[in-house]
Amino acid sequence: MAVDVLKKIPVREQDPHVRATNFEEVCYGYNQEEAVNEASRCLHCKNAKCVQGCPVSINIPDFVGHVKEGDFAAAFAVIGESSALPAVCGRVCPQESQCEGKCIRGIKGEAVSIGKLERFVADWARENGIKPAKAEKLNGHKVAVIGAGPAGLTCAGDLAKKGYDVTIFEALHKAGGVLSYGIPEFRLPKSAVVDKEIENVKSLGVKIETNVVIGKSVTIDELLEEEGYEAVFIGSGAGLPMFMNIPGESALGVFSANEYLTRNNLMKAYREDYYTPIHRGKKVAVVGGGNVAMDAARTALRLGAEVHIIYRRSEAELPARAEEVHHAKEEGVIFDTLCNPVEILVDEETGWAKGIKCIRMELGEPDASGRRRPVPIEGSEFDIEVDTVIMSLGTSPNPLISSTTVGLDINKRKCIIADEENGQTSKEAVFAGGDAVTGAATVILAMGAGKAAAKGIDKFMKDKYGIEE
Amino acid sequence: MYKILLSDKLSENIYRMVVEAPWVAKHCEPGQFIIVKLDEEGERIPLTICDYDREAGTVTIVFQPVGQSTQAMTSLKAGDAFEDFVGPLGRPSDLIDEPIEELKKKNIVFIAGGVGTAPVYPQVKWLHEHGIEADVIIGAKTKDLVILEEEFSKVCNLYITTDDGSYQRKGMVTVCLKDLVEKEGKKYDHCVAIGPMIMMKFVCLLTKELNIPTIVSMNPIMVDGTGMCGACRLQVGDEIKFACVDGPEFDGWLVDFDQAMQRSRMYKTEEGREILKKIEGDTHHGGCGHCGGDK
Repeated sequence: MAVDVLKKIPVREQDPHVRATNFEEVCYGYNQEEAVNEASRCLHCKNAKCVQGCPVSINIPDFVGHVKEGDFAAAFAVIGESSALPAVCGRVCPQESQCEGKCIRGIKGEAVSIGKLERFVADWARENGIKPAKAEKLNGHKVAVIGAGPAGLTCAGDLAKKGYDVTIFEALHKAGGVLSYGIPEFRLPKSAVVDKEIENVKSLGVKIETNVVIGKSVTIDELLEEEGYEAVFIGSGAGLPMFMNIPGESALGVFSANEYLTRNNLMKAYREDYYTPIHRGKKVAVVGGGNVAMDAARTALRLGAEVHIIYRRSEAELPARAEEVHHAKEEGVIFDTLCNPVEILVDEETGWAKGIKCIRMELGEPDASGRRRPVPIEGSEFDIEVDTVIMSLGTSPNPLISSTTVGLDINKRKCIIADEENGQTSKEAVFAGGDAVTGAATVILAMGAGKAAAKGIDKFMKDKYGIEE
Repeated sequence: MYKILLSDKLSENIYRMVVEAPWVAKHCEPGQFIIVKLDEEGERIPLTICDYDREAGTVTIVFQPVGQSTQAMTSLKAGDAFEDFVGPLGRPSDLIDEPIEELKKKNIVFIAGGVGTAPVYPQVKWLHEHGIEADVIIGAKTKDLVILEEEFSKVCNLYITTDDGSYQRKGMVTVCLKDLVEKEGKKYDHCVAIGPMIMMKFVCLLTKELNIPTIVSMNPIMVDGTGMCGACRLQVGDEIKFACVDGPEFDGWLVDFDQAMQRSRMYKTEEGREILKKIEGDTHHGGCGHCGGDK
């Protein structure tokens, strides 16, 4: 097959009309031939910009080089040096603004499909039973990790590889954090991909204890003083869903995206064999324009609804990954941009939402985020008839940990303060990273923070206890 | 897995279980709750804590089957186990943070209704252990539905009232409270009411009249119980509160009970349909609104 070096090898996907009615994965990924061909497009730059664009600094030209030669095991070993969750990242990273955004091939043509190659290598390794390499010997020092999401799993995996005895404490009944409760099956298969990557982390020697809510079941101070842990990493995630504080928001049929997605993904409401109830609307409005909003919209669509995304800026400002917006549109999600809800209309008799009143917006001067600020157009209110509203407006930090840990400082947004370089917080032996520090961000940024903190913890432990390599 | 050490029935339709859960037993306080999940396919069900034994590492829960997951729980026996049992969740009762000397000066009345009698017990027991005897009114529809009488009678001044008069006093808990205050010379400075929302609503209407500040414990629909989903949000005064992290106890005079009752019915139909689908099995051909078999 002749390869056009300027163009990506196209990736096979489920037909949009078919996938809009099921929860099977949208993207099929590359096969071996496609992967080798795509890898051959890499220029193997000496000063590889793509690596700089990767929050966990995967040696991209090196692994892509191995793929080109057909040595997928070697490619997996290279990725494994930097990432504990490659099958996840290959699927959910915003590559267009990271590695692929910096790709030199992308200057004249299309960037190399680094994400799809990463996914291919991780899937190949899983299908062939290849596990990441375990530490040669344990050093006997105990570290506690709070939260089994992307930040916690990465930090735990890195520390276990260095020989630490690591236990992750997870509040929910299942490990994975947002990978399990937030990102839907059609984008990130649970038992086929997420559970297997968590198994890989466990195979490094990491223990995961579910159903432990830090700050309630046990505090950080107790972990350090009574339970024998010598350092703690907090990767507890984003927290409490935000609402708009508009009239009608407590009506029946109004949900946070967190609730809607948790019911569907973690509690598997879409499956007949699970008990979890979910409200399958006929016409659903999803308020917000991020990845979570896209996930909620595409989930509602698959549960049988007509779905509208309501976003106050224009399409160009949508914070979601380009691929998610593209997929959502293909599947039939309707985008009502430049409009903002002002009220949820409620059926007084039943208490259920019956519509959403919106106001049209126009873009004014750029605000602090650098994006043009949306301004309401007076008198432009209009109603959309809906029976379900899903609020996807972001989250505010959960105070459970900060309020129960002596000496742990938070900033004015109530996020935990931690050094970006090494995750160190204001409290000795306590490190933090991911959404608990930054506020809601992405899987890969959380993984980057988990990785940085693992280095920080390793240094702290070596300095304090004189651990030998 | 969280082993069930004891399982019995307190009344026709109220079940009690003692569960091995060392993390919870070590840290729980009166007023807090747990979330339990039977198995992989089960729902996460919030239940209040009825009692705990820190040394034995056990927690006692009391529940009444309402949905299909709690119905499934009724078949569990001692020796069986829950797949998940997490907590303690929510804030402890404010009472336990008050200085004991201040508390001793107060006349406290607890009003317990139905299965809500269970979470009143640890609070009353805690007060008793700190030398404070509270008055407790237990209300039930009929004699057979009065629970934990023996346990309560050891730790408080107990009044029991049944709607049909089949046991002790006759009438709703509000009648009993009104009689105690207006006819029997009782004076109260603080009330804690836990039971069905409709009961708590009417208790609050009465205590406003009688000027007795009242705390209620809310049990709305929840998913995670740690603040993540927002399903449990309540209107409390001018604010939206999450029962799981801000509560479950709130100033009863400020809670919008009508809205809370409406919200608690959110999944009633969805759940009813699910049950229908399961019961009908192979003969199911739509009617659930989910499978499309009726379209």
